[in-house]
Amino acid sequence: MKPSDPGITWIDDKPLGLAERLYVPLLVQGLATTSRHLVSKKNTVNFPEQRPAIGNPLIYRGVHRLNRDENDRVKCVACFLCATACPAHCIDIVATESPWEDREKYPESFQIDELRCIFCGMCEEACPVDAIELTSLLDLTGKSREEMIFDKEKLLSVYDMTKDAEPMKSADLGGTL
Amino acid sequence: MPTVIVDDQEIEIGADERLNCIEAARRAGVEIPHYCWHPGLSVVASCRMCLIQAGTRNAETGEVSMIPKLVPGCQTPVKDGTVIVTDSEAVQESRARVEEALLIDHPIDCPICDKAGECLLQDYHFEHGQSERRADIHAFSSRRRDVGPTVTLFVDRCIMCTRCVRFTREVSGTAELMVSARGAKEEIDTFPGFPLDNKLAGNVVDLCPVGALGDKDFLYQQRVWFLKKTENVCGGCAAGCSIVTEHNQDTVYRLKPRENLHVNKWWMCDEGRYGWHHLHNETRIVEASHRDNEDPQAIEWADVLRRLPTDLTDAGRLGVAVSPMLTVEEAWMLCSVARTIDPDAYLAVGHVPSTGADESFPGGFTIRGEKAPNRIGVEMVLSMFGAVSEGGTVPAWNDLLEQVRAKTIQSAWVTAGYPTPERSWCDEATAATFEELSCLVVQDLFESPLSNRATWCLPAVGFAERSGTWVNCGHRAQTFEQAIRPPAGVWPEGRFFWNLLGREGLYDPESIRKQIAESSASFAVLSGEVPSIGLDLRLQQVAVT
Repeated sequence: MKPSDPGITWIDDKPLGLAERLYVPLLVQGLATTSRHLVSKKNTVNFPEQRPAIGNPLIYRGVHRLNRDENDRVKCVACFLCATACPAHCIDIVATESPWEDREKYPESFQIDELRCIFCGMCEEACPVDAIELTSLLDLTGKSREEMIFDKEKLLSVYDMTKDAEPMKSADLGGTL
Repeated sequence: MPTVIVDDQEIEIGADERLNCIEAARRAGVEIPHYCWHPGLSVVASCRMCLIQAGTRNAETGEVSMIPKLVPGCQTPVKDGTVIVTDSEAVQESRARVEEALLIDHPIDCPICDKAGECLLQDYHFEHGQSERRADIHAFSSRRRDVGPTVTLFVDRCIMCTRCVRFTREVSGTAELMVSARGAKEEIDTFPGFPLDNKLAGNVVDLCPVGALGDKDFLYQQRVWFLKKTENVCGGCAAGCSIVTEHNQDTVYRLKPRENLHVNKWWMCDEGRYGWHHLHNETRIVEASHRDNEDPQAIEWADVLRRLPTDLTDAGRLGVAVSPMLTVEEAWMLCSVARTIDPDAYLAVGHVPSTGADESFPGGFTIRGEKAPNRIGVEMVLSMFGAVSEGGTVPAWNDLLEQVRAKTIQSAWVTAGYPTPERSWCDEATAATFEELSCLVVQDLFESPLSNRATWCLPAVGFAERSGTWVNCGHRAQTFEQAIRPPAGVWPEGRFFWNLLGREGLYDPESIRKQIAESSASFAVLSGEVPSIGLDLRLQQVAVT
């Protein structure tokens, strides 16, 4: 759209009135806002001593985890749909034939670059077997870049860590497996 | 000209063309869905997906009379006045029913099926199927069994189009595959003790419209939607099959044949299909090296460009083996460089690997015994440079060896690039012939007894890393683009010769091609656009003269 487009209505700044030109009334107004916030309810917390309250952990988008199936094997079937959906291209999967009778394909390696991830949750939405989920873990730290590339074992350990507090969502939502 | 009416659209077909409704509709831009029909195979009309309404228009009265029942488009020939209706309610209803029937017990395991993304069942269901499922069977996995060393069968994914069975009977002529049992229990299978191991076996995977037949070499390597496709030519033998190289991030994952009725029809052999692994072989020569009476030292390309020509000029008469793996453009540039260095340079065609006689199949497909894609093209280039012996033939590798033994040449430049890492193309005895030369340049993919003796050992590239033109055994010139980049540090021959010629900018095979076409009558037709199916140089020459 060009500035000359007839669809645009141009509005000029309102001319300053007497109160604005005197300046003091606006100063008082500003101080009133500041003092109101001094006494009102605080929305911030003293992180990390204090943990922020998370509304619904089921829809919170924190660190990823790879779920396990009922036999404690990785639930992922290496379909690459999360890697396809990922807008940040942070998921790297190497698929191979599974060593198990009842499964055809499984991820030999599964890596998420947590530094590259934008925590949009598209991988979770794309997953046809509810294997990848975002937990409510929000403080993600590491000493090196390599440490922040989470491999399959680490993602499974996130599941082990969070499975009691956050059960697999698929059970309630009519999961596929 | 006969006129066919496809969905109220009149199209003209050739007077002696024999088309079925699917082909005629395609001319009108209408796609009739089909599974079992394939232009290269016989018609069985068993999948019922191509059912359409057909009829005839009376030429005099203009009155249209339709066949009351739906007819299979693949089995119904068209003639003057044939009327085809592909979008009526009856046709759409029929397609939806066929899709529903196919999906009753088809496992819904698309997430782990390698075909997902290029599956006709998926595509047609999306376009013609219905959104809800009435069957209460929810199959999620498929039984799997091996039918051969390279092909695996996911039994329950099969929709029984029998394309693979007809292929082994009609094209490869080996008939390993069959349909066992009948009705709802029918399955594709092999006879016990006779696995699917013919030389064209990989084609059944391409033919399979669903994910029933899988290529073990490609299985689970990559999802198909990540693959980028580049039209290429197979460098496995002199046939020069038209192929598509499918690759991602400079890694080739599979090769597929591309329809070219003049060369390979719809097929390619397994040797060519799996003949890309050498590109990613770790033993490849990946850096230029130079030897001064001691161990070879790695050397920068800029230094090679500066020192190689003077080195060769000082060494005496030059003999050049122009590899039949090089493209026409590369061969021409190499000859130009050689003649600049030494106007009296002896030019010969490089070693042409051969495995004996050609092998033909009943379906009209031939695997050539000559395992080089461009011998004829290189010979044509050499004759442009006057490298023709008294008998009118172009000197071959053995003639060059004779010259070396007779000591009429003092330096040699051998281009190779043969895709056989496991067995070297040049044995010790042949390589020893070159021992006494004062300068030996070898350009190859893998180390060989010859490259171990080289003063200058330079890396070469494989077929998917080149661009240019190859002339196959039928004198058909096919132009192709580079699909992937070679390993870091490797310059394709084209780029190296281009720089040796002192040309500006990036290597541009098209400008070289134009230059060749201008200076040679035999290549004259290459001056314009070369179609993807190539040009027959002999035919075009007749037309020009």
